[in-house]
Amino acid sequence: MAQVLPVEGDLRRVIGDGESVPDGEVAGLDESDLLELYRSLVLLRTYDERSVVYHRQGRVGTYAIFWGHEAMQAGSVHALEDDDWIFPSYRESAIGLLRGMPAATILSWWRGHPSGWWNPADYNIASICVPIATHVPHAAGLAWGKRLKGEPGCAIVYFGDGATSEGAFHEGANFAAVMRAPAILFCNNNGWAISTPVSAQTRAQTLADKAVGYGIPAARVDGGDVLAVYEATREAVRRARAGEGPSFIEAVTYRVAPHATADDPSAYIDAEQVEEARANECVGRFERYLRRLDVLTDELEQQTRADALVVMRAGIATAEAEPIPDPGLLFEHALADPPAAWEHDLAELRRILGE
Amino acid sequence: MTERFLVEAVNDALHVEMERDAAVMVLGEDVGRAGGVFRATAGLRDRFGPDRCVDTPLAEAGILGSAVGLCMAGFRPVCEMQYDAFSYPCLDQLITHVGRYRWRTGGKMIFPLTIRMPYGGGVRAPELHDDSPETYYVHTPGIKVAIPSTPADAKGLLAAAIRDPDPVVILEPKLVYRTARGEVPEGEHVVPLGKARLAREGSDLTLVAYGAMVPVCERAADELDASVEVLDIRSLKPLDEEALLASAAKTGRVVLVQEAPRTCGYAAELAAILAEKAILDLRGPVLRVTGYDVPYPYWSIEDAYMPSVARVVDAGRRLLAF
Repeated sequence: MAQVLPVEGDLRRVIGDGESVPDGEVAGLDESDLLELYRSLVLLRTYDERSVVYHRQGRVGTYAIFWGHEAMQAGSVHALEDDDWIFPSYRESAIGLLRGMPAATILSWWRGHPSGWWNPADYNIASICVPIATHVPHAAGLAWGKRLKGEPGCAIVYFGDGATSEGAFHEGANFAAVMRAPAILFCNNNGWAISTPVSAQTRAQTLADKAVGYGIPAARVDGGDVLAVYEATREAVRRARAGEGPSFIEAVTYRVAPHATADDPSAYIDAEQVEEARANECVGRFERYLRRLDVLTDELEQQTRADALVVMRAGIATAEAEPIPDPGLLFEHALADPPAAWEHDLAELRRILGE
Repeated sequence: MTERFLVEAVNDALHVEMERDAAVMVLGEDVGRAGGVFRATAGLRDRFGPDRCVDTPLAEAGILGSAVGLCMAGFRPVCEMQYDAFSYPCLDQLITHVGRYRWRTGGKMIFPLTIRMPYGGGVRAPELHDDSPETYYVHTPGIKVAIPSTPADAKGLLAAAIRDPDPVVILEPKLVYRTARGEVPEGEHVVPLGKARLAREGSDLTLVAYGAMVPVCERAADELDASVEVLDIRSLKPLDEEALLASAAKTGRVVLVQEAPRTCGYAAELAAILAEKAILDLRGPVLRVTGYDVPYPYWSIEDAYMPSVARVVDAGRRLLAF
């Protein structure tokens, strides 16, 4: 049985404010690591900002914005090895970019197009989970399976604060603990489940408290501090790979963007807090940190942003060049051995469509 | 061939398939140390170890959800749901993921998992140990469903389910777990999904059933003064439509029997198929004998709820009048 550690009340931070709070550092990260993290942050930020524009232009469908969540995603993924599995929710839709997935694939997914399909085994990234928390047991099962097979690696699963109210979260967390699964439960607590604040979600003092009941050690980090997220995840990965079982990370931030393009948060959100969070957003914080270290120059920043824009322009061009999906795709992949009735259904459909 | 009870045939299938394929593992509540509340998994933990026959926490959605992850890791999980009505928490995983995941990956990743559970009433059990939930499963795209009525089919259909690249639900008629007894082939035995079984040949009337209603129909056939065919559907999805239509064409009279409540039950689907494709072969209306559209009752009155031989005979006589 894993020892239950007391949950930390204070959020772990590494990046200072350039004034009264001094910068820390993460052992083992050199300048090239820091710049890799920076490129990931900018790539995710660019993806997100362009996607909102594409949505307004009618080029992608309803889109779940993750502006301000980049540090949680980039920081944690950089602590993983390639054989570690990622179970994203819709808020981490573009996390595949950090594993070499083409932007076109993710954009196609948001365009509701089958070219948004991918084989999870190609990237060790599960399909985007749209229902809340139901992928937590998947990650527990995959990690358990890795342990049974004696394979290295772990599974990290991302979910929001609201997900901790779902039964699937609790069943998944418990399975991970009981099966000593090398799993990392990563909660991006942005304060809101659409319009419902965390205070209406739980009476627990912190979401990390929930891990205690499962015998899972937990850490709380500043979700806007990419280095703090990286360090906490690295520790969880070490535990998982050492056979010490699952960990829980609560990364705390404040949602400054709408839940999704279809949401208008002005009805419920605290505008002052949004402004404060926006001023302290994670990409800018890391840029200022890198500048204090003399690692980032204006030129490098511009180049990084320009490179990310190139990725996005190519991605949307490719996604938009995809042909209208053939109706045969309705049937083609639903079962390995499709019943004869489907052939009839498709033939009838093609006749009516005049194909 | 060995004479076995139906539940023993289930146990035999699990032994054979786990021996055959190291990727097969069994997980569920009380399946290991106890060997299952009906002893369907008895001996597996001793034979294959606690990592291949796993006593899980008491959480059906967790069982099925972690089975999805186990599939991704290359396993072929066989999940036991302890009772029919205790399987409902797993419907969340079944509907949101199990039936969809393959399509979601463009067919690139397979989810070869099996869910098996005892189902059905008539066993004098407390509430929620008696349901016939097949429609929920059949109605979920991406899921196959089979219900055996004989020991040989219980073994063969379960083997087919375990070997299938797609998710399969097997409902086992617990009422006849230890009364249905018959010859079961030794060693590997597979009954392909999608094939019905002609339990009895006849020319005047067809009784269509599956699971525990098959022996009810056989007894009704004995009582009816006519040549009665009994068709055991056994594979609900995929359905052996040919066998259904052939029998309807032969007898022109069809009674559909199911334990589940009537509305939108599996018999309704069969009736619709007969209306679409066999209406000109029929000599009278398609009749249904089903459970009623009421909650499954406490057991002192369950016999009034369950389709009985008398009710099937009554429907048969009414139809034979056409």
